[in-house]
Amino acid sequence: MMIKKENLIWTAIRTGLLGGAIAIFLCLIGMVEVFSKRDVIEHVITLGDFILFAAAVSSGVIAARATSDPDQQKQPFKNLIAGALAGITTGILIAAFIELGLKVNLRVVFLSASPSLFNLLTSKGGVWIYPAIGIAAGILGAVLFLLPEKFRQPITRAIFITFLMALFSGLFRVVMINQSGAIANLAKYLFGQTGLTLIGATIFFVAVVAISMFWSARSTNIQAGYSRIPKRGQTTIRIVVFVLLAFVALALPQVSGPFIAQVIVIVSLYALMGLGLNITLGFAGLLDLGFVAFFAVGAYTVGLLTSYGAFGLQHISFWVAMPIAVLVSMMFGAFLGLPVLGVRGDYLAIATLGFGEIVRLLAGSDFLAPFLGGPQGIIGIQKPCLGILGPFLKVDVPRVCNGIEFGGPKEIYYLAVASAIVIAFIALRLQGSRLGRAWMAIREDEDVAEALGINLIQTKLLAYMLGAAFAGLGGAIFTVLVGSIFATSMQLIVSINVVSLIIVGGMGSIPGVIVGAIALIGLPELLREVSEYRFLFYGAALIMMMLSKPEGLWPSQATLRELHHDDADIKPESASPKSLKAKG
Amino acid sequence: MRTSFGERLLDLAVSGFLWGFRILIVLVVVLGTFLTIRAGKYTGEQWIDFVVFGISQGSIYALIALGYTMVYGILRMINFAHGEIFMSGAFGGYFIATWLTVSGFMDKYPALGFVIAILSGMLVSTLIALLVERIAYRPLRGAPRLVPLISAIGASFFLQYTFRGFFGPGVYAYPSITALDGEWMFFGVGVLKVQIIVAIAAFVMMGILYSIVMFTKIGKAMRAVSEDKDVAALMGIDVNRIIVSTFALGAAMAGAAGVLYALTYRQINFFTGFTPGIKAFTAAVLGGIGNIPGAMVGGLVLGIVESVGPALFLDSLGIPRPYQLKDAIAYIMLVMILLFRPSGILGERVSKKA
Amino acid sequence: MTKRLFAILSVLVLASMLIAACGSKAPAAATYTCTDALGCVTIGPSDPVHIAYWGVLSGADSSLGEDSKRGVEIAIDDMGGKFQNHSILLTTEDALCTPEGGATAATKLATDTSIVGLIGSSCSDETVGGIATLTKAGLTTISPSNTRPVLTSPDRGPDYAGYLRTAHSDAFQGKAVAEFAYNYLKVTKAATLHDGSTYAQALQQVFADEFKKLGGTIVAQEAVAKDATDMKPVLTTIAAAGPEFLYYPVFVAVGGFVTAQVRDVAGLENVKLAGSDGIFTADLLKAGGPNTKGMYLSSPDFSAFTGDYAGFIAKHKAKYGGSTLSTFHAHAYDATNILFAALTKVAVVEADGTIYVPRQALRDAIYATKDFKGITGNLTCSQYGDCGAPVIAVYEIMNSDPASWNPSDATNPNPKKIWP
Repeated sequence: MMIKKENLIWTAIRTGLLGGAIAIFLCLIGMVEVFSKRDVIEHVITLGDFILFAAAVSSGVIAARATSDPDQQKQPFKNLIAGALAGITTGILIAAFIELGLKVNLRVVFLSASPSLFNLLTSKGGVWIYPAIGIAAGILGAVLFLLPEKFRQPITRAIFITFLMALFSGLFRVVMINQSGAIANLAKYLFGQTGLTLIGATIFFVAVVAISMFWSARSTNIQAGYSRIPKRGQTTIRIVVFVLLAFVALALPQVSGPFIAQVIVIVSLYALMGLGLNITLGFAGLLDLGFVAFFAVGAYTVGLLTSYGAFGLQHISFWVAMPIAVLVSMMFGAFLGLPVLGVRGDYLAIATLGFGEIVRLLAGSDFLAPFLGGPQGIIGIQKPCLGILGPFLKVDVPRVCNGIEFGGPKEIYYLAVASAIVIAFIALRLQGSRLGRAWMAIREDEDVAEALGINLIQTKLLAYMLGAAFAGLGGAIFTVLVGSIFATSMQLIVSINVVSLIIVGGMGSIPGVIVGAIALIGLPELLREVSEYRFLFYGAALIMMMLSKPEGLWPSQATLRELHHDDADIKPESASPKSLKAKG
Repeated sequence: MRTSFGERLLDLAVSGFLWGFRILIVLVVVLGTFLTIRAGKYTGEQWIDFVVFGISQGSIYALIALGYTMVYGILRMINFAHGEIFMSGAFGGYFIATWLTVSGFMDKYPALGFVIAILSGMLVSTLIALLVERIAYRPLRGAPRLVPLISAIGASFFLQYTFRGFFGPGVYAYPSITALDGEWMFFGVGVLKVQIIVAIAAFVMMGILYSIVMFTKIGKAMRAVSEDKDVAALMGIDVNRIIVSTFALGAAMAGAAGVLYALTYRQINFFTGFTPGIKAFTAAVLGGIGNIPGAMVGGLVLGIVESVGPALFLDSLGIPRPYQLKDAIAYIMLVMILLFRPSGILGERVSKKA
Repeated sequence: MTKRLFAILSVLVLASMLIAACGSKAPAAATYTCTDALGCVTIGPSDPVHIAYWGVLSGADSSLGEDSKRGVEIAIDDMGGKFQNHSILLTTEDALCTPEGGATAATKLATDTSIVGLIGSSCSDETVGGIATLTKAGLTTISPSNTRPVLTSPDRGPDYAGYLRTAHSDAFQGKAVAEFAYNYLKVTKAATLHDGSTYAQALQQVFADEFKKLGGTIVAQEAVAKDATDMKPVLTTIAAAGPEFLYYPVFVAVGGFVTAQVRDVAGLENVKLAGSDGIFTADLLKAGGPNTKGMYLSSPDFSAFTGDYAGFIAKHKAKYGGSTLSTFHAHAYDATNILFAALTKVAVVEADGTIYVPRQALRDAIYATKDFKGITGNLTCSQYGDCGAPVIAVYEIMNSDPASWNPSDATNPNPKKIWP
């Protein structure tokens, strides 16, 4: 079926308008201006230019795709026209916006439509360069669409990875410069002060293309070769890989420096909370939006017990305080779970949210200030000491540690990662245990579960308690990382983040929790340079994840089945995806 | 035999604890009230002031809660981004209101200016809600419950920071409308004009919404879809159109609430919608989720308890700075209501999941 | 064909990287060996002198951080942007006005071994979270706007060895406001309101204690949550106690709401209102509306600045347009100059242009600052890091129009200094 000429033009223009609208949106929220201070390739193209260009290229790709008939042969000429048309529409829209901005004072409404923005936009060669670049971008997009899969995948991958390298260039640079001469020189060669060097970008691009093509050409051979090795050999290879990974994990903080170690610590703590919520929500289906309360309890317990400040109660060592904190969190889990045992579904969500807020309000209130420090918080928390801890002398004087003191992120890294691994292991065992199956039964249908003899009260309480215990452990480690504790750290947003990360990672799946933590917590921490737009990307990423991969990044088998993923390995069981109810 | 004894003991412990919890709260409430009245710290006029503040705040909560409850009733979905819809209405009304005030129109025709400001807020919030529904919610209609929730959370963040990008992190101050300043006297008690007007406007909007839902054809269709989606489709109702209309109506209410809020409290910024969003959801649950009169009742009760609670219950018990805990009072009240009446004050009304 | 192409490409890539890595070896070793206890910063002949500013650069309180950053930038401009023929590189780190933000910013800064010194932080919370990391990394920071008393007190602890400030301590500010209220306004019954932030809670407590010492009575001390919007109930409670003076040393969010609503509450129509440097910004006039007229704000005394403050304001206007954003820009200017004065003393400059900065020596030189003629006064740093010349004044807002905000205007300042 021939695509009518009018349809072609109209579709292309419509796509171009969408691309232009997105480009204007990016200008109006100030992203273009802020990103222009950062280069993708030093002295060649800034991040701001890049996103505008990307908008035009994307509209080219989409236009090409929209105007090609999947049944017919690809018609390159038509797609190119469509791409060019879309690109030029985007360009014209941007140009029109600039013209408007120069004549009318848009700043009255939109703060970012400032003179400096328009100066920036017109500094490249005037207003009418945009349609010209638009055509080129659109054609480029169409070309990308038309490329055979063999070439397109490596090229898109290369663009993506080079872009990532540019974003993280500051980080890599700082880490590598701190090492010895050769690596430091390499860093300066590849990474400039504000972005990649031209050579660096070229090298990354070419390298990724080369590796991609090599892998796709050879991968089947390699995999066939691997399966031909005898079982013993395979296990040996696996052990070797495992040992290598362990070595990397152990050496990482020493090499990469305290900042990356700190990011990993924070990711591990969120992963700990995620593993806890995974039990409450993922296994047992109890939607708890007040999870940060248990984190707070663990943190405050450790703070009160180990602080050498005015609020320290006992001045005991961290290694004793930590299990106590876990126990106290467990009790709190029961305590807060009891009133809401009979509450279901979304009511549970708001009730637990309320509990989370109550805990935060009480912790920071003047009412409980004599015990919990009030707004001033608890400061002076003793760092863990692997050795003998000197005696408590007087208020506000830290105790001397005769041994290894876990003073900074580099040391606490080991504590945090080890805890995460241990807890993940425990969670895995729980998943396969009878208790774990009881939880999943409750999640699917409470009444049926009760009819089958599962004690609802006991099982639910255990879900709350164990979830709380894990979160409490996370709180305990957080306290010694920061060295002080304030009620303002216990906001609702933390609970929301934990819920998001287990769903994005894959609900009920333990590797999913870790992946979710890395994606939703680790990445934004590493990208602090674009921190103003961090939450914008975060929100967009959440939406896009749910639209494209709702089962999560590393889903459990159950979730995959329920969302009847079109995967050859998974047999689609029932037609209706209703079972994943997270009921109370 | 042993297990069931252990289980019975556990049951007993749980019931005991729950009853203890209820009694403790009731005791605190009664004792606090008694001591406060006895101490006589506040005059009768001040108590009336507290109640009026509560009604004014509560009517705004009620308007926002209406949107939550309608969407939940039809889709069983917590529209987390609803607070941001409210905020967008406040911003939408801001520019019009400022322009009207600066040009003097607001002074000449205050009533007309007021209405225009509210309508512009409603327009902006409805547009944004429709956009969000189209992009973030519609593709996920059949998905398990938590998936649209996360999408809504994402939409909430996205909207907040979009508005921050557009308008900056600072506060925007609504213009001072002279027609709204001053007090009116009711039985010798002075009540602020703006609060009365806001409360009346809120009630009018709720009334309009109620009539739409009860007496018009589209309202009947909404009720049908909210009752049972599949059967309504069989009856020839365009379910998609009804869902979109529900979103639009709820958003319009929230937008109006935004403008009213801004006229009362004068300061708005990109984060303004977050806390009222949570409170309004609490109010919706309090009154019975899915239940429109329930949302109104819930909102008013929440507003009044937040306003009167700290002074009435906590002040005389010797708790310092009781207003820091006003949210805590609201949440404890919610839990208490859920313990006594698990489906809210007026009962829930949600669609059957076939 | 493709295989060979790849082989060639990979060889080229690898070769270029190897050459880059092993290529540029530095010439003969330097003549200076670093013997400093904390190590030295090495600045190569073509490298910039790297200082960093850390503070609150995003969010509702960003005007505070932005304002101080401008002071630093103007100081660098005044030096010609160069130190010993090296250009000065100023980078920033956002600490979000929270302890965790401060801790993360500090960790990131501590990793960067090219940083010579720091100016920051903005909020006292940030310092509490981050100072231990910075001190341990050998860095020294001078804060232009932290005011929490405990940060420079004798019992502050060894974690604070790398911390100094040019800002005043709130111990002085609270006292000044109390004296203003009791001696100048002659009120005897005062009430306070705080927003749960550490800054406000500490400051109002200092005020309350001093006011009581002078002989006044504190009739009510209330607090609200930071995100509260409806102030009328708490104001009614305050009204029930009958105060003559209401002091709310909070930030703009709560301050705006309180000011806008206070006159609507029965009993508070005539109460005198006062705040502190947290709301010493035009944003308060925007948020509080007409009620801000006649309100009192305490702040560092701009007219007591002994240096060329007027010159600074002129430079600020030329570079950024508009008036200053907050109250600590001059303190940031002085902090930067103190840092560079110490740097001049201890930096070792080689003939080829390499600079070595011994960290402990730099820290000691900063602490040894004496009679430094800064804008904010003749500054001498105490052994506990207090470099400020604390003169607090009380200003009155004369005009509630945000466009008229200009505290340093010669003829019609708004707000205007009225005490002492």
